[in-house]
Amino acid sequence: MTSAYDKPVPIPSNADLTKPFWEAAKRGELIIPYCNSCSNIFFYPREVCPNCFSKDLDWKKMSGRGHVYTYTHVRQAVHPSFQSANGHIYAIVQLDEGPKIPSSISGCEPEEVYINMPVSVVFDDITEDYTLVKFQKC
Amino acid sequence: MTLRGRGAIVGIGEVPTRRIYEGRSMYGLCAEAAGLAIADAGITKNDIDGLVTDGVALPPAIAEYMDIKPNFATGVSMQGASGATATMVATSAVSSGICNTVLVVMGNSRQDAERAGRPAGRGASVPSVRSEWEEPHGMAPGANTGYGLMYRRHIHEYGTTEEQLAKMAADQRFNALENENAVFNGQPISAEDVLNSRYINEPLKLLESVMPCDGAAALIITTPERAKNMKNKPAYVLGVGLKQGEANIWQRDKFTETPAVDSVRRALEMAGYNPSDIEFAEFYDCYTILAAMCIEDAGLVEKGEIGPFYEETDTTYKGTFPINTDGGQLSGGQPGLAGGFRHVIEGARQIMGKAGSRQVEKSDLCLVNG
Repeated sequence: MTSAYDKPVPIPSNADLTKPFWEAAKRGELIIPYCNSCSNIFFYPREVCPNCFSKDLDWKKMSGRGHVYTYTHVRQAVHPSFQSANGHIYAIVQLDEGPKIPSSISGCEPEEVYINMPVSVVFDDITEDYTLVKFQKC
Repeated sequence: MTLRGRGAIVGIGEVPTRRIYEGRSMYGLCAEAAGLAIADAGITKNDIDGLVTDGVALPPAIAEYMDIKPNFATGVSMQGASGATATMVATSAVSSGICNTVLVVMGNSRQDAERAGRPAGRGASVPSVRSEWEEPHGMAPGANTGYGLMYRRHIHEYGTTEEQLAKMAADQRFNALENENAVFNGQPISAEDVLNSRYINEPLKLLESVMPCDGAAALIITTPERAKNMKNKPAYVLGVGLKQGEANIWQRDKFTETPAVDSVRRALEMAGYNPSDIEFAEFYDCYTILAAMCIEDAGLVEKGEIGPFYEETDTTYKGTFPINTDGGQLSGGQPGLAGGFRHVIEGARQIMGKAGSRQVEKSDLCLVNG
């Protein structure tokens, strides 16, 4: 952990809603919203199920395995803190359980990433409050 | 009853798109564009009894700024699709008798953002889906990153090449050379220049991405009955279709398909035409890849065949199938949500026969995708 983390930290639009997600990340678990009424799993978290409007929602622990659905090699950074000689990969990872989730990709050079590349979850303690859920090459 | 033929565009006005207008504001630029459209239609502002904006320009503020008191006013808040949606809403309003003559207007001033203390051209990190789930992973401000994701997926699924889409950007720049209102007027580029421009979000390159600009545009829509006695040859709205997509690209099921699949089908059904009847097209092009996918989804080319289409087709205003004849947003510039509106303005301009040196040969039937 570093006290001088200078990249953007998550800014929740409803911190009460997503608190369980971030608390789970801190203990090394990836959990995804689950609807007790219609069994839908979905991401990002919402106050009602986007399939059946139920508010009877829970969280389900994911395996942490997935694949790169698509990606882009970000050459012109975002935020000065992301600027590096060779940029970074921003990807959409599809979990084995179905939902898609945005992530950077670590564990390999940007040029080595490909669509359908198997990835697994890693937890990055960026601040006291937040542990980012990211993915790396298997 | 449908909206077929129920709206007539009888006047257009455009404040030339420029990188910045020092000392100007969105409302000032909008009022200037409105004045140009009113003059072009040969009417006075007292004839206007309806007002539709993009929603960024607030209708009460626009009405007050130019001292009009319309019987109908709304802002559509449809992001890039605001220009086309506003045109649809204006047509509905005159068709239903709510009002008779509508001013549609929108514009952008980058200095307004500075004056409000926001850095111009950067997506502000307001609490949102994006700030919680995307920005911490290095998503770029604006829309660049999302279109990089789509582009990569289109290459994967259909074998599209960067060379093929570079030709799109080059064709549009050729068109912009005949458009003094385009920000890149007077600056020719080749497909090779596009290919050699630096990667922003690979495979997306600088010259495949819009430049944020200042400017404004306006049009006047009235009933076909009133249009008959007015000075311009009108551009009639023959069909409209809208399909609402997701706010965040990663929420889509398919990254290579756009809502144009449904919106264009609906518009063509109302108009009574097939994609093959269309003579020229004005398509929303914040990035090459988006226009490419929408042209496929519109049925103008087979799905996945946009690459070969651009290799084989001259899409300049002189070509066999002209696309984005004013340069589009890529070469015309993107003055906020008036960027998407430029496609409606140019489609109408061509049909009205007002496109001057870039007038297309067949200009009776245009498909506009906002």
